[in-house]
Amino acid sequence: MSAFQETEVREARPTTTGYIDPSFVPMIAPHHTFNSITEKISDIVLEMGTPKWWFGAMLVGASFIVVLVFALTVLVFKGIGIWGNNQPTAWAWAITNFVWWIGIGHAGTLISAILFLLKQEWRNSINRFSEAMTIFAVMCAGMFPIFHTGRPWLAYWLFPLPNTMGVWPQFKSPLVWDVFAVSTYFTLSLVYWYLGMVPDFGTLRDRAKKPILQKIYGFVSLGWRGSSRHWSRYETAYLLLAGLCTPLVLSVHSVVSMDFAVGIVPGWHSTIFPPYFVAGAVYSGFALVLTLVIPARRLFDLKDFITQRHIDNMSKVMLAMGLVVGYSYVFEAFFALVYAGNKYEHFMMVNRMFGPYAPFYWTLILCNVVTPQFLWWRKIRNNTVVLFLLTIVVNIGMWLERFEIIAVSLTRDFLPSSWGYFKPTIFDMMTFAGTLGFFLTMMLLFMRGMPMIPMYELKMILPASRPQGHPEQGSFEEEVVSA
Amino acid sequence: MMAEFDTPTAIMLAAQKAHDAGYRVMDAYTPFPIEEVTEAIGFHRKHNKVALACLIGGLLGGSGGYLLACSAAAIWYPLNIAGRPFIPWPMFIPVTFESTILIAGLSAALGMLAMNGLPSPYHPVFNVPGFSLATNNKFFLCIEARDPKYDESAVTEFLNSLNPTEVTRVEG
Repeated sequence: MSAFQETEVREARPTTTGYIDPSFVPMIAPHHTFNSITEKISDIVLEMGTPKWWFGAMLVGASFIVVLVFALTVLVFKGIGIWGNNQPTAWAWAITNFVWWIGIGHAGTLISAILFLLKQEWRNSINRFSEAMTIFAVMCAGMFPIFHTGRPWLAYWLFPLPNTMGVWPQFKSPLVWDVFAVSTYFTLSLVYWYLGMVPDFGTLRDRAKKPILQKIYGFVSLGWRGSSRHWSRYETAYLLLAGLCTPLVLSVHSVVSMDFAVGIVPGWHSTIFPPYFVAGAVYSGFALVLTLVIPARRLFDLKDFITQRHIDNMSKVMLAMGLVVGYSYVFEAFFALVYAGNKYEHFMMVNRMFGPYAPFYWTLILCNVVTPQFLWWRKIRNNTVVLFLLTIVVNIGMWLERFEIIAVSLTRDFLPSSWGYFKPTIFDMMTFAGTLGFFLTMMLLFMRGMPMIPMYELKMILPASRPQGHPEQGSFEEEVVSA
Repeated sequence: MMAEFDTPTAIMLAAQKAHDAGYRVMDAYTPFPIEEVTEAIGFHRKHNKVALACLIGGLLGGSGGYLLACSAAAIWYPLNIAGRPFIPWPMFIPVTFESTILIAGLSAALGMLAMNGLPSPYHPVFNVPGFSLATNNKFFLCIEARDPKYDESAVTEFLNSLNPTEVTRVEG
């Protein structure tokens, strides 16, 4: 985390048109000191009070939660029949939403863990925000597999718990792999996120004026005092968790894609799914991070820490992932239409393009393949309003892609006598909208009550954090292990 | 005795000098990790056992997960599905993988907390006025009385020679 820090030798000088190339913008506005970083971020939580717009947004979020609770209550009492699910479309909106939310969560872990391992210090300001997004996204995702079981009070049957019935889960099934993968993902993301906040909770504890806040932050900071020995073990644990979360995030969405890939339905049974889904997940996740970060940095005045460079970098990752997803679409189409020589696969692709759901297919191509191409132009990458709208379009496209794969493939499988049609009901929509509101509420609570930018990680980016001068040779009894 | 410093360089040099002077039971308190300081106070990578805890956790988790899947599939609830093997090890890879990562991660995190002695709501250093800045922008070096070379006046004099902002006695 320290030895490879680049110092900003290039200046962000405007060009003749007054335009500043974002890759020259420093990762943190130059005038900041350790104290100013602490003040700016902890004041949002402790001093600034709650902004009025926050109450308005909470009202919106909370009312959607009410809608969610209503929709789920009716579901538990009346059963899956209130949704539009039918035969053959036994999986529709619920599982689409599950895959969409889990996918969104992956960007958070990528930013936190993978960019950390790649020593990309620009991730230091956005990692906590995106990890929070991951955790809340996984919470939203988790509701769907539980409630779509039809008898959600028996959802504990998914877990390998000894029981009086002598029954065990089927470990060869991707549905059970999902249980392990998603639980592990949620647990470890939560641990990683929380551990990352412990030193910053210490800072809040030390700066809080109200006794109740001192006690609360004191409790969650676990008595952190910044001891060097503790920091050393902490950094090791953080690095290990980052190293573990990286394959974890790649495996979780692969396991989720296996829910479909091990099935024989044309459109599902494809070995391309694990990397295809992971790329799509990172794509939609980065889009949502941008959707959230763009207003947040303006509303909380965080442009010093989340700079144009961060926006630019995130857009570039989004563009790259969009290209991977576009490539996957081309190859999926190529395999199905030309290469496989399988008439069912061929028909599946033709049906997607020209069948009853054709408008959705072409919309999703527009949203996922055409829209990110605008990101080639720097002007677009750096226009936050356009970017905000673009990222929403991308997420709509990714939802449609999941729907296309899951529901549309089911509506047209092998035998025409089994063909059907799916239409969502109001309960499908309420449940989904409800999770969006739940997510919004949780993000708002997080932004208000927790330090949304890691203070200590930002301080480590500052050149002043590096001690000057080298340790003298021979002053250590043992061999110095370099960073 | 606690000395306060303003910059990472100052505390690094101070820690080195303290170590050279023979003090061993000491600690530095900083708002962010500074590896040079950790090395200077004598805490080297071999003393850091978090990675070992993670490894042990990972091995236990992996073997435990695989064993769980095999036991359930072959002993506790075997299902004869078209004569397929009860233990198809490729199908158990995801479960094994996830449980490895879960237990390894939890071991790293909980092991780190346990080795650090956290949560520890009370510690004498919190009584030092100005210590609240240790989580903000000041750096502290504390030479503890448990050190065999500890002599209050000598330590005070020594710490003062390092040009700190302040030297305080830690009570409790």
